[in-house]
Amino acid sequence: MAKILGGIATSHIPAIGVAMDKGLEQTPYWKSFFDAYPPVREWLYAQEADVAVIFYNDHGLEFFHDRKPTFAIGAAAQYENADEGWGIAEIPPVTGETELSWHIVNELVENEFDITVCQEMKVDHGLTVPLTLMWPGHKYGHIKVIPVAINCERHPMPKPSRCFDFGKAIGDAIRSYAGDQKVVVFGTGGLSHQLDGQRAGFINKPFDSYCMDKIVDEPEELTKLSNYDLVEKAGSQGVELNMWLAMRGALQGKLTELHRSYHLPISNTGLACNC
Amino acid sequence: MNQLGPIPGNILFDGPMATKGYPLNKMCYSFNKADARAAFLADEEAYYDTFGLTEDQKVAVRNRDVIAMLEAGGSIYYLAKFAGILGLNVQDVGGLQTGMSTDEFKAFLVKQGEI
Repeated sequence: MAKILGGIATSHIPAIGVAMDKGLEQTPYWKSFFDAYPPVREWLYAQEADVAVIFYNDHGLEFFHDRKPTFAIGAAAQYENADEGWGIAEIPPVTGETELSWHIVNELVENEFDITVCQEMKVDHGLTVPLTLMWPGHKYGHIKVIPVAINCERHPMPKPSRCFDFGKAIGDAIRSYAGDQKVVVFGTGGLSHQLDGQRAGFINKPFDSYCMDKIVDEPEELTKLSNYDLVEKAGSQGVELNMWLAMRGALQGKLTELHRSYHLPISNTGLACNC
Repeated sequence: MNQLGPIPGNILFDGPMATKGYPLNKMCYSFNKADARAAFLADEEAYYDTFGLTEDQKVAVRNRDVIAMLEAGGSIYYLAKFAGILGLNVQDVGGLQTGMSTDEFKAFLVKQGEI
């Protein structure tokens, strides 16, 4: 049976990708942020994962409002990145894994998550930034990626509790797959930040710390929050915690936290990483 | 969510806002493509009409008034693509919305880490 090795939650802000393109990792602004990642990579590489299931949100590359799914999953052999309009460099295609994707789709629908399935899907910085953070220099071609997109843009969006249950259903599907794949799950985005409105720039460091504690030991506490609570406590884009909850839902039982870092500010947010 | 009342400083992007903002967001979505960005820069007014922007939306875009764009139904995901055309990053856009200079806005971000 396929096995889930663990989860990694990390911010996905575009500025990270731009900094990596420009080779700014060791500059004063960025150094302490990038220093958080080598231990995470060390763990990840030692595990020899075959597949990465990445919960992310599309920011208007693949999906526009003409047809915007609440939950969507890729079932393609390859995923392209493309021009997002504001200057982040495009990266080479990401490898897919269709058989496990279809197995997850079957199990999700069986368990009443009637998901949108994409046999072509452009993946944006929400997915590509975490991928390039884990495998710098675009050395991610060997890892098979299953993108799972969650609407974090337009209300109504799926509730935190629902995202947690959704992640759990995906975790159960992976564990029931008759293969020997080793799978790592990623929650991307977050934590508190707000890009739009008069409250732009809002960051809630105590709440971010609370989330980083609870996501490990008591994720159920976070599922009691509504999206309204998240907007209020964590800003309009703080709803991206939902992707962390989906990741956490896919993992079972008591977890060992191997690494944690929090660095504020990078771009308009605190940068957080749990592994 | 609206039933719980507004959150100060927050322009909630929900279904009715997505309806109102559709032309503006569709225009900004087009900016994923380089030729669309060039067409906008070549003739902004004509480009508005291609997407059927409302008068309020045209005024907001013309004035580079981010808050007015949000109030006209703009979604920050697409407005960010517009900001890219103007060479603005998210700190510049943060400053524009909060009445701060970009440097003041950056200092405000740093301050929130000092608690």
